[in-house]
Amino acid sequence: MKVQIPIGPQHPALKEPIGLRMTVEGEVIHDADLRLGYNHRGVEKVAEGRSYIQNLYLTERICGICSHSHSTTFAQGAEILFEIVPPKRGQFLRYLVSELERVHSHLLWLGVAGHEAGFDSFFMYVWRDREIVMDILEMISGNRVHYAINTIGGVRRDIDEAQRTKILDLLAVLRARTSFYLNLGTTEPSFVGRLAGVGYLSKEDAMSLCAVGPTARASNVPRDVRKDDPYGIYDEVPFEVCTADTCDVLGRTVVRIKEVLQSYDIMEYLLRNLPAGPVAVKAPRRPKPGEIVSRYEAPRGENIHYIKSNGTDKPERLKVRAPTLGNYAATIAMLKKGFIADIPLIFAAIDPCICCAERSVELVDSRSGRPSVVRWSELRRMAGRRAARDSKKRNVEWPL
Amino acid sequence: MAALKPLLYVFVYPGLLFLFAYGTFCEWFDRKVYARLQNRMGPTHTGRWGLLQPVADFVKLMAKEDVVPEKADKGLFTALPVVGLAVVATAMLLVPVWHVSPTASGFNSFSGDIIVLLYLLSLPTLIFFLAGWSSTNLFSTVGGTRVLTMLFGYEVPLFLAVLSPALLAGSWRLAEIAAFYQARPLLLLVNLPAFAISLVCVQAKLERTPFDIPHAETEIVGGTFTEFSGKKLAFFRLMTDIELVVSSGLLATVFLGGFPGGVGWGFVQFILKTLFIIFLLSLMRAATSRIRVDQVVSFAWRFLAPAAVGQLLLVILLKGFMP
Repeated sequence: MKVQIPIGPQHPALKEPIGLRMTVEGEVIHDADLRLGYNHRGVEKVAEGRSYIQNLYLTERICGICSHSHSTTFAQGAEILFEIVPPKRGQFLRYLVSELERVHSHLLWLGVAGHEAGFDSFFMYVWRDREIVMDILEMISGNRVHYAINTIGGVRRDIDEAQRTKILDLLAVLRARTSFYLNLGTTEPSFVGRLAGVGYLSKEDAMSLCAVGPTARASNVPRDVRKDDPYGIYDEVPFEVCTADTCDVLGRTVVRIKEVLQSYDIMEYLLRNLPAGPVAVKAPRRPKPGEIVSRYEAPRGENIHYIKSNGTDKPERLKVRAPTLGNYAATIAMLKKGFIADIPLIFAAIDPCICCAERSVELVDSRSGRPSVVRWSELRRMAGRRAARDSKKRNVEWPL
Repeated sequence: MAALKPLLYVFVYPGLLFLFAYGTFCEWFDRKVYARLQNRMGPTHTGRWGLLQPVADFVKLMAKEDVVPEKADKGLFTALPVVGLAVVATAMLLVPVWHVSPTASGFNSFSGDIIVLLYLLSLPTLIFFLAGWSSTNLFSTVGGTRVLTMLFGYEVPLFLAVLSPALLAGSWRLAEIAAFYQARPLLLLVNLPAFAISLVCVQAKLERTPFDIPHAETEIVGGTFTEFSGKKLAFFRLMTDIELVVSSGLLATVFLGGFPGGVGWGFVQFILKTLFIIFLLSLMRAATSRIRVDQVVSFAWRFLAPAAVGQLLLVILLKGFMP
C-alpha cells in the first residue's frame, strides 16, 4: 500500500516552511517531491531600490546563519564594480569573521544533526561550546548574529592586541572540544549506526546534480571555491579541502567537523600574520556601469551573487543563488529508497537554509492544481473576500 | 480491619496514591539526571528543586482542551488512556512490597504472578498501538506500527531474561524468588547478564532513547500521541511514569533481591533500588542516539536473544551442579 506522507510546510523536523511529499510503502520511501515558495520575501526586488551601502545590510539579512557570507559576496562584487581593493588588514579581518561564521554554522549543524538523530546529549554539548564562537564574534563585531562588519572597501571595526590574544586562547579551547566531537561522532555505536549508509549520493550523482559544499565534498568531489577560484586572501593561506568517500550522512558529518578544524588553522594563520595598516578605504559614491559575478564559499556551499550596475548609486539587478538551492536536486536523489526515519537526517544533512533559497513563488489552485499569475492587488482582494465569507467560522469559543 | 486492608493496598500503598506521588517523583528524578548529564539544569522552579514540575505538568494538561479527531473511534479513543492507567496500576499490586509475605499466597501473590506481571506490562504496548491506530492520523498510524514492530524485537529477550532468575530460584512466585536471593545473595551475580539484557528491554518497552522510535519527534511529530490532548494525554503520561515504577520494581525484585525488612526498611529499600535502576535507565537515555526500527529488531535478535538463551543455559547448568 502506497501512502503519501506530508512533511511540512509545518513539521517539527523543519525549522522553516517547505513542502516535502513522500510516497512511502511501509517505512520505505518510493518517491519524493519538493515544494518551495512558502517563504518568499522578494529580496532581489527590494535590492533594486536601495543604494550599495544599504544593500550590504539587506544581503546580510538574506540568511540568519550565514549572514556574513551574503554580505561578503555582495561586497566582493561591488568592490570590483567600484574599482577599489580593500587594504590587507581589512581583508584579513573580513575573512577571519568568515571562518568564525563557518565554525559557528557547522557547530550549529552538528547539534541539529544530533537532535535529528535523537542524540540530544550531543546537541546540548555542541551548542554549549558553540557559545565560545558566538562570544568571539560578539567581541569582534558587537553582535552575535548579524555582524554588520563589512563595508564596501573593507571592514568597519578593527581589533586590538588584547582581543587578538584572547581569540587565540579561545580557539585552543575550541580545537580541543572539536577533536572530542570528531572522536565521539565517529565512534559512538548508536550514532554511527544511525548515520552510516543513510542518504547515499554517489560521486557521479553529486557531480551531475551540481551538489555544492559539504554535500558534494562528502561524496568525494573536492569542490571548494576557496581552492578552485581563490578570492580575497585564500590564495596565500595554507589549508586543505576536506573530503570523505562514504557518500552518506556520516561522511557529511565528518567533513564538517574536519572543516571546522581547518578553519581553526586558517584563523590562527590570519591572526598570527595580521598586517598593520588601515582596515578600509573610502569608496566612491557610484560604481562604473558593468556587471559582475561574485563567488564565495559559504558554510553550506558555493554562494553566487550577480550584480549589474548602470552607473547610478543603486544596482540595476541583484541575483542571489544561495547554496541550498544547488543541493535540492541532490536531496531528492538521496531521499529515494530511504526510510521514513531517515527523512529528517537526510534533509538536515544538506544544512538547508530554506528562505535564503526562495527566489520565486507560484500560486497553485488547491482544487484544480493549476498554476496562475496574480497581481498583488488581486491577491489582497481575494484574501478580503475569503475573510468575509469565512468570518463566522473563525469566531470559535475559547475552551476555558 | 481485614476488609480495609485490600482497600489500603489499592488506594494508598502500593496503590494509586503512592503510585501518583512516586511516579511523578521518578519522572522528576529521570528528568533531572538526564538534564544534569546534558549540562542543563532540568526542572528548578516548581516546588523545591523543581520537585513538583511533573505534578504541575499533569494538572496543566488536565485543564487543557480535549480534542477527539472527527474520524476517530470515539469510544476506543476515550477508553484507552483510562484502561492503560488501570492496567499498569494493577500491575503494581503484584510487586511484592510490604503487603506480601514470602510464605503465604493471596490475591496479589500466587504461583505464576511473575508471568501475570509481565503480561500486564505487555498490555500498554498493545494500548499504544491501538491508540495510534484509532486516531486515524498518518503519523499516529506509523507510530502505532512502529510500537508493534519493536514489540517483536524486545519481548522475547525480556521474558527469557526475567524468567532465568526465576528458574534458578525454582519458583514462579515473585515473593519466593526474592526470598531465595535474600538467603543466597551471591547467586545474584549469576544473573548479571540477564539484568543488563532486561534493562535494555525495559528501556525499549518504555520507549525511551535509543528506542523512542514510536514518538520520534523529528520524524513523525508526536507519533502515537499526535492526536491526544488534555486529560487523555495527561493519563498517558502518568501511565508511562507508573510503568517506569512498576518495571523498575519488577527488575529490583528479580535481580536485586526484593525489598525485605518490613514496612519501614522495606520501603527504603524499594525507593533506593528502583531509583538505582531508573538512574541506569537515564544514563542509557543520555548516552545514546535514537536507532531505526529495523535496527531494533535486528539488534534484539542478533544480540539480546542469544545472550538471554546463553543466560538460560548457564542457569540450567548451574542448577544441575547445585546441591
